[in-house]
Amino acid sequence: MFDHRYEKNVAITGIGQSEVARPSSKSAMRLTLDACLQAIEDAGLTREDIDGVACWPGDNNNGDPFSPVGPSALKSALGLNVNWFGAGYEGPGPLAGVINGAMAIAAGLCKHVLVFRTITEASARVHNKGGGALSAKTQGRDSSYAWQWFTPFDVHSGINLMALYAQRHFHEYGTRPEQLAQIALTCRANAQRNPKAIYRTPMTMDDYMASRMISTPLRMFDCDVHCDASTAIVLSRRDAARDTRHAPIRIEAIGAALDQPWSWDQISLTQMAAFDVARMMWARTDYTPSDVGSAQLYDGFSILTMIWLEALGLCPTGDSGAFVEGGQRIALDGQLPINTNGGQLSGGRTHGLGYVHEACLQLWGRAEGRQTQAHTVAAVAAGGGPLGGTLLLVKE
Amino acid sequence: MPRKLPALNPDNRAFWQGGERGQLLIHHCDACARFFHPPSPICPRCASFDVTPRPVSGKGSVASFTLNYQQWTPGLEVPFVIAIVELIEQPGLRFLSNVVDCDPLAVSIGMRVKVRFEHLEDVWLPLFEKEQ
Repeated sequence: MFDHRYEKNVAITGIGQSEVARPSSKSAMRLTLDACLQAIEDAGLTREDIDGVACWPGDNNNGDPFSPVGPSALKSALGLNVNWFGAGYEGPGPLAGVINGAMAIAAGLCKHVLVFRTITEASARVHNKGGGALSAKTQGRDSSYAWQWFTPFDVHSGINLMALYAQRHFHEYGTRPEQLAQIALTCRANAQRNPKAIYRTPMTMDDYMASRMISTPLRMFDCDVHCDASTAIVLSRRDAARDTRHAPIRIEAIGAALDQPWSWDQISLTQMAAFDVARMMWARTDYTPSDVGSAQLYDGFSILTMIWLEALGLCPTGDSGAFVEGGQRIALDGQLPINTNGGQLSGGRTHGLGYVHEACLQLWGRAEGRQTQAHTVAAVAAGGGPLGGTLLLVKE
Repeated sequence: MPRKLPALNPDNRAFWQGGERGQLLIHHCDACARFFHPPSPICPRCASFDVTPRPVSGKGSVASFTLNYQQWTPGLEVPFVIAIVELIEQPGLRFLSNVVDCDPLAVSIGMRVKVRFEHLEDVWLPLFEKEQ
């Protein structure tokens, strides 16, 4: 199927993250610089060592707080000389920056690539709560490939699309609201041990059930929380990773496949892109799901975490409800700790790269009050609907 | 706020305007004798350009649905039903729409529905109602 598994020659050598605030008083660029300089230092490198920059989705030339800083601006602000830089929305979702950056290294273009993700949706919402609506993505009447099929039917938020997936999952597999709730409860419990998390007050099942219904069966606590933050990692060519400060975290396998239409309603409602992506990832490694010691699984909406659990084979297809019920299995001291920093539901919507940052902290044993049992293999997955990407990370 | 309408182009015009004559028009590949959606100049299955919008029965069933309770825009009446409807012509042939003119709490997966059109400007939105 594959004759070259390029990613094994690439390792994560450093990580950094700005404050995670709601909102931050810092500019988007300042948050980005805080994260990037921290990541470079964490790798034991200097600015001069960085010869590539990657990001998802990058600057879309529209000032969108979803991604206010791209590689061009960051490269210029930091005075970097690069052989390659790039970004763009199209691709396998929020981990595309990592996947593309690793490809640039494997292709011989770069030795150390800085990957970052900045988001300032909390600041933006202070002034305009509706700015992020799907119906605001295009001006006037809409013939965009992605959204013209939804906005005429008053789909204003992605939650309506995710709710359709959740409802179908409930129908096919008998998944129940109190099972779905466990994702939110687990994230909140973990967030209480993360000083940077946005929501740290305890949440009970009653709190969850009392939260406002947004789009059945999804409630307010099934939605992630907007924040201002930037996250960065340094990717290094494996032979160049030897001199860095921490044990290199090898990118053992990536998943980026899409064997269905790129569409929010034509794609499998219970599998999304996630199953295609995960199938590819496991085809590129000798590791198996039972080797995974922690998993950071996209929780832009709680149902997505459930589908990723199944897609990655961390539980049988259709069984995520029973798997997470009660929360013991997925707790910090459980057999498969997930979203250990509180995820995006309680930690903050750092959007994709935050999961990689947290996976590295856990693998390196640097997660302090929320550290799980020592392990060397972590899974990271990000995206929903047609967006999906995965990383299997191994500490060397 | 009124519904945000699609901008018409040669590919999507039939879908959005078929309702003017009471027809739900779905792209059909005459080479492999199958419908497909969304409309496109080429069949995604066999890559034939021999495609044309053809009327379908407008009957289908709810593949999934959600009751939207959040008032995203001023004047938006909630709750309302967003559904993915699978047409009877072909397994997997489906699109997202609204189920209207019924108690939102009575909508369920598998419920049989039929198309009805809502005329706005130069668009006839294909909505669905319960099939009696």
